Amino acid sequence: MKGLFIISGLGILAMLAEIFKFKKILYPLVLVGILAAYAMTFVDWNPPTDHLSRLDELTASFSNMIRFDQVALAFSGVILVTAFFWFILASHYFENETNITDHFALVLFALVGALMLTSFSNMTTLFLGVEILSIPMYVLAASRKKDIASNEAGFKYLIMGSFASGFLLFGIALVYGATGTFDLGGISHYISNSHGDVPAFFYAGVIMMLIALCFKVSAAPFHFWAPDVYEGSPTVITALMSTVVKTAAFAALMRLFNVGFHHIGDVWGQIMAVVIGLSLVISNITAASQQSVKRMLAYSSISHAAFMLMGVLANKNGFDSISSILYYSLAYSVGSIASFTVLYNVSKDNNGHIEAFNGLSKRNPFLAVCMVVALLSLAGIPVTAGFFAKYFIFTTLIGTPYKWLLGVAVVTSAIGAYYYFKVLIAMYFKPAISTEPVKVEMSHTVLLIITTLFTLAIGIVPGYIIGIFK
Amino acid sequence: MLTGLLIIVPLIASLLLFLVKGNGSRNLALGLSVVEFALSIVAFMQLKHNPASKELVLNCTWVESMGIHFAVGLDSLSMLLVLLTTFLVPLIILSSFGTTYERPNAFYGLIMLMQMALVGVFTANDGFLFYVFWELALIPIYFICLLWGGEGRARITFKFFVYTLFGSLFMLVALIYLYSHTGFDSGIKSWAINDLYEAGRNMTLAQQSVVFWCIFLAFAIKMPLFPLHTWQPDTYVNAPTQGTMLLSGIMLKMGTFGLMKWLLPVTPLAIQEWGGVAMGMAVFGILYASCIAIVQKDYKRLIAYSSIAHVGLIAAGILSANQQGLQGAMMQMLAHGVNVVGLFLIADILVRHTGTREIDRLGGIRSMNGNFAVLFLIILLGSVALPLTNGFVGEFLLINGVYQYGAWVAAIAGLTVILGAVYMLRSYQGIMLGERKDSAVAFGPLATSDKAVLIIVCMAVIAFGVYPKPLNDLAESGVKEFLLNIK
Repeated sequence: MKGLFIISGLGILAMLAEIFKFKKILYPLVLVGILAAYAMTFVDWNPPTDHLSRLDELTASFSNMIRFDQVALAFSGVILVTAFFWFILASHYFENETNITDHFALVLFALVGALMLTSFSNMTTLFLGVEILSIPMYVLAASRKKDIASNEAGFKYLIMGSFASGFLLFGIALVYGATGTFDLGGISHYISNSHGDVPAFFYAGVIMMLIALCFKVSAAPFHFWAPDVYEGSPTVITALMSTVVKTAAFAALMRLFNVGFHHIGDVWGQIMAVVIGLSLVISNITAASQQSVKRMLAYSSISHAAFMLMGVLANKNGFDSISSILYYSLAYSVGSIASFTVLYNVSKDNNGHIEAFNGLSKRNPFLAVCMVVALLSLAGIPVTAGFFAKYFIFTTLIGTPYKWLLGVAVVTSAIGAYYYFKVLIAMYFKPAISTEPVKVEMSHTVLLIITTLFTLAIGIVPGYIIGIFK
Repeated sequence: MLTGLLIIVPLIASLLLFLVKGNGSRNLALGLSVVEFALSIVAFMQLKHNPASKELVLNCTWVESMGIHFAVGLDSLSMLLVLLTTFLVPLIILSSFGTTYERPNAFYGLIMLMQMALVGVFTANDGFLFYVFWELALIPIYFICLLWGGEGRARITFKFFVYTLFGSLFMLVALIYLYSHTGFDSGIKSWAINDLYEAGRNMTLAQQSVVFWCIFLAFAIKMPLFPLHTWQPDTYVNAPTQGTMLLSGIMLKMGTFGLMKWLLPVTPLAIQEWGGVAMGMAVFGILYASCIAIVQKDYKRLIAYSSIAHVGLIAAGILSANQQGLQGAMMQMLAHGVNVVGLFLIADILVRHTGTREIDRLGGIRSMNGNFAVLFLIILLGSVALPLTNGFVGEFLLINGVYQYGAWVAAIAGLTVILGAVYMLRSYQGIMLGERKDSAVAFGPLATSDKAVLIIVCMAVIAFGVYPKPLNDLAESGVKEFLLNIK
């Protein structure tokens, strides 16, 4: 809760910075603020409660609109850590632009939305969170004003995002119509008391909300916007979309479906299983033929979304699904930040074509090694974090009726190795396009060292994160 | 603790090597690998005098909530393979002294990393740990092949990587499935090998069949068995010699040993049901690979195919699941590992001295270098399993074991002895004997390092042919215990 206040305050402060002329110290201020908000997640950490029980007084605030329980705090922690890394990656983004303070404010408000999505306990807060997160992202996607691709990305994102919001609202309305409450606990209570005697439009509402959130996490077949938006947006904004935004959307999906709609898992499970299967197949096959690393990462993020959806699909009692999704989102976010940092440094001008990576091992061995670790983690090779992430998801899903998805996941993971290794081969095997060494500034070097070590560390001792709720 | 050391020493060695610049790295690598070998001898002595020693097992918790332990241990069977690994790695490093590689520190660092993973695979007593080491072994060898391989290496090593990853992932799913069935009585899930055995045995035939095929796929790809072998010849030929030695000398045994330790005891019903099919794959592979080896023109490729034939017989012996078959498989794994390293070094020497591996373009080398001809002949005879060479014990036991499984199967599998002699002796005739070709003229004396490796290999061939008792005893007692355990 305190973290949310701090980030909101920072956002307002960022808008004032232009007027009161403290633009120069804004960047360090934001970094410190995010760290402080992160520290607050530890302060607020409370004794474990069963997330399926009705909201208790301890964690609920604002008349049960928001509830910072352990799950919410853990996901907030992931988002804040990723955001901190992201700000280091994006330091240049805030130097080159003329209206810096606006960009700071937009990113910070997007973070506010993200934190709300991890902690909502009422569907109105869910909608508010989605919108507070999305609207700054639409603007940021289009923030390279003179670039047509960036404009296209922002416009496409806005139009498609509005559709999704429409679906979400409609779904909320239908669910409210059936249950008479916006409250997640209330909905869950309603379902378990109704013994199957639920009006059909309630299910329609649930499915519409599923579709809206699948759009937000860019799962197939609602993924068409993602590659264009990812490619058109400035690289750092793409990094933000594929880490913070994605983690937040998953926290929301998980809260809504594993808490609110927990008891009707059979109804939405079938549909979600199909969505996952489609996402795995479409994303991996399409990614294999991409020439732009940025676009390839966009497709790979669809595949990772499908993996995290598997955790939601398992819909387990207790904390199995949640901790596996938490671990996955952390592993994926850190791996993504590392790979986007390398991508940003390697291809400042050619927008991520794979040729830019040719011979990187000679031009800058350090970048190449960091990229290898990040790619191995994304591909899920032991002992990186990505391997354990996949493993935990598999373990969660294996006891459910949706085991067959594991077969699809295994086959598509092997295809996935193909495109990650394409980059790897380019770095170590192809002749370099120029002999000039790639320069990396100090902050990015530190960031890469931290993310690489982090990827290996949580791979070697995953117990701390996976057992966090116990 | 000793087992833990056996895993940690190569890891530290590889980290050290990554830091060392220049050519000093290969001496350092050789020294460290000899230390590792000495350690394994200590472990061997320990095992002989006190098999229940606490020094030989290590068990600490890794991920508590998931029941994952870092559990490794040496028993008679894993001891044999660890010995093979620690014996071969110094030889492999020594064999590289005749070639200069770019970035030698990375090269040797990766070899030592590979050794760590291999020792881990052979000693793991926890299903999850086994899988981690299994996958970990793939990374260094992939980079060794990619960075120091020959023409077209990007495509070929990639095929190799995806092929094996594909199999491994199925194994992962099957292992998780087994894991989810553990703790039937106690309710506590565990990755410990004995719990996985029990979980497997409590399954129905249908469930066991799924587990069997998922895991068998991974092992069959690694060995490789027909028809999953298509990655192998290209990879073997293209990899740098040391990479090929690691792949065929040691890594291949991950598949056969895995079949024995991680599949036979887990799915007894499925083996009764599907063992015949698997046996068919193994035996047909023997015939198929032998026939292709006969018509090979490239010597390295010929050895690659002969390796498929040998491993087919080993797999057949394991699938027969009787004392002779399993014991023979253990002995043959050792013999094949040693011999194939010798043969691949010979192929490498041929290329370095004559510039070609084509059997047609070689000939009459014996007249230029008699010592080389003798050493070559000894290793080759070991490989065709002549009595009094190391190959004989294993092959004899294997065919004996397969015979107990089925006479016809043994008849076909036994052809490997005859066909093996055909392609091996023909190649020897083509390369060493006959008219002296132009390519042979430049064939001078061998480099000291090459000579040393060949002599050590020859000594091993003869010593364990004449006196196989210490290893054979270990294999015999190990297999007895193993069979008692799984019955």
